Amino acid sequence: MSQYILLRHREIPDLNQLEVYRKHGGFEAFQKVVTAMQPEEVTEVVKASGLRGRGGAGFPTGMKWAFTDKKSWPHYVVANADESEPGTFKDREIMEGNPFQFLEGVAIAAYAVQAHAAYIYLRGEFWKIAASLDQEISDLEAAGLLGDKLFGSDYSLRIYTHLGAGAYICGEETAMLESLEGKLGQPRLRPPFPPSFGLYGKPTVVNNVETLSNVPLIIARGADWYRSIGTDKSPGTKIFSLSGRVNRPGNYELPLGTPFRELIYVHGDGIPDGRKVKAIMAAGASSALIVATEEALDTPMDYESVPRLGAQLGSASVIVVDDSVSIDWVLHKTLHFFSHESCGKCTPCREGTYWMRHIIDRIYAGEAAWQDVELLNEVAQQIKGKCLCALGEFSIEAVVSGIERFEADFRTRVSDGKAAEIRAAMEMEIRNT
Amino acid sequence: MLSEKYEQEIDAILAKYPPDQKRSAVMPLLYLAQRADGFITKQAMNEIAAILGVEPTEVGSIVGFYTLYSDKPVGTYRLQVCTDLPCALRGADEFLEKLCENLGIKVGQTTSDGLMTVEAVMCLAACDKAPLFQVQSGEGLAYHENQTMESALGLIDQLRSPDAKGR
Repeated sequence: MSQYILLRHREIPDLNQLEVYRKHGGFEAFQKVVTAMQPEEVTEVVKASGLRGRGGAGFPTGMKWAFTDKKSWPHYVVANADESEPGTFKDREIMEGNPFQFLEGVAIAAYAVQAHAAYIYLRGEFWKIAASLDQEISDLEAAGLLGDKLFGSDYSLRIYTHLGAGAYICGEETAMLESLEGKLGQPRLRPPFPPSFGLYGKPTVVNNVETLSNVPLIIARGADWYRSIGTDKSPGTKIFSLSGRVNRPGNYELPLGTPFRELIYVHGDGIPDGRKVKAIMAAGASSALIVATEEALDTPMDYESVPRLGAQLGSASVIVVDDSVSIDWVLHKTLHFFSHESCGKCTPCREGTYWMRHIIDRIYAGEAAWQDVELLNEVAQQIKGKCLCALGEFSIEAVVSGIERFEADFRTRVSDGKAAEIRAAMEMEIRNT
Repeated sequence: MLSEKYEQEIDAILAKYPPDQKRSAVMPLLYLAQRADGFITKQAMNEIAAILGVEPTEVGSIVGFYTLYSDKPVGTYRLQVCTDLPCALRGADEFLEKLCENLGIKVGQTTSDGLMTVEAVMCLAACDKAPLFQVQSGEGLAYHENQTMESALGLIDQLRSPDAKGR
């Protein structure tokens, strides 16, 4: 059987054409759920499959659907296509190559929670993808696969695209809902969570593009089939976005539980110039830095194993850092990102990312003393656990792990830099006066 | 006036959202205004506020929050190079520096003919195809991936030719 569940367009030419997608069983799963299954049954199948959210948190998808408050109506489905984590470029490939499978997943999720409207929130840069999706949605409506009274039932569904406009924070589900409501994209206080209080205050399921794209085949082939791939607690395949210092960066769809070594050395064809891996970031810029020991390279990439390395799998955006790179530069890069993207709502994150950026710039420029490295760590610790959403937490992952696990890089920068000279000159001056 | 020139488009946008949630249409309407004038004018903000039944300052705050909206005129083409970590590991910083050097400007500046503004931007979700940039123009957004200095300068020459799209 084919290795692809999601990136099937790599094997089936023109899968982004509706007739081709239908020739390969497309929209049979959606027709089946609407005509022959109760909404709760659909949720039960997804629960049984063990599918977990692919956006980063790994939360069980079926459980999220089951949480939808049945006492409050209408319900909404929002597909998270805001893909903005540095190192992540998988949803884009799905939407470009296999868009109908994604749309069918949206439709099945909507039926499962009895939503009659679903929104796809795309980052503004995905302007062309949104235009294609609009066309594909109208193709589906013309074919009678979306719209009113589907397949002779009473069920109606419309899907709409909505473009963001350049804000990483809108990938956070409550900020995304605020943005979709026409407000500033800033996170809400949780609880209540979106399944009880979501879009327009109504119960809403927010799922990532990759998560939803798994659903049609789970319905078509069954939960047991899905569970036969991957690991016991992390079933299925995952698209690993491989980037950084590798010979063959790109998306690789592999069973969850594939070791880092296979991804980096077999699929990614190793490191340029025969260099060694120094650090791995498994969840994009939001990652703790994994020290690339032999043991780490042999660790299976799944939601249970990666935390044993003091990190998270997240969206499985694997950034490879080789041994020519100093870790303070990595932090300089990630902190510029997070201080730019902090939405400004919570003080610890807004001020903390700002000051961390200034301190790391000084360190990276060789103008800092060891006390500055300690100060950086201290500021990071003060952000921890004090914000509404995870952005602040993400911003300190690389900082705290980097200083702890790659202390030598910071020591070198501090002692090699101008700071040492300046300090020596000052001490000399003091002695001379 | 937007509402006269783009009546049908505005109606289509409003139809996407529940009738009592018109405010949701603020982002697509701002895109429409930006496409019409090249940037978002005060007048457009006022008009959008009137369409949605919100205060103009609320529309203004949306313009300020999101980086893809501009309330000032910009170069006809905005070349935006991603310099985030994964791209930087593939030479994006050096690429940006050389590009600016070739155009005789600094990052964030516009060439003297007013056509090219070069900027560094955050992740564009194409990390495996770095160095890359997007070009923002009246035609929308276009990605240019796996770039070399030669291919980038070639593209810039094309964009500078008088019959280029998006001008």
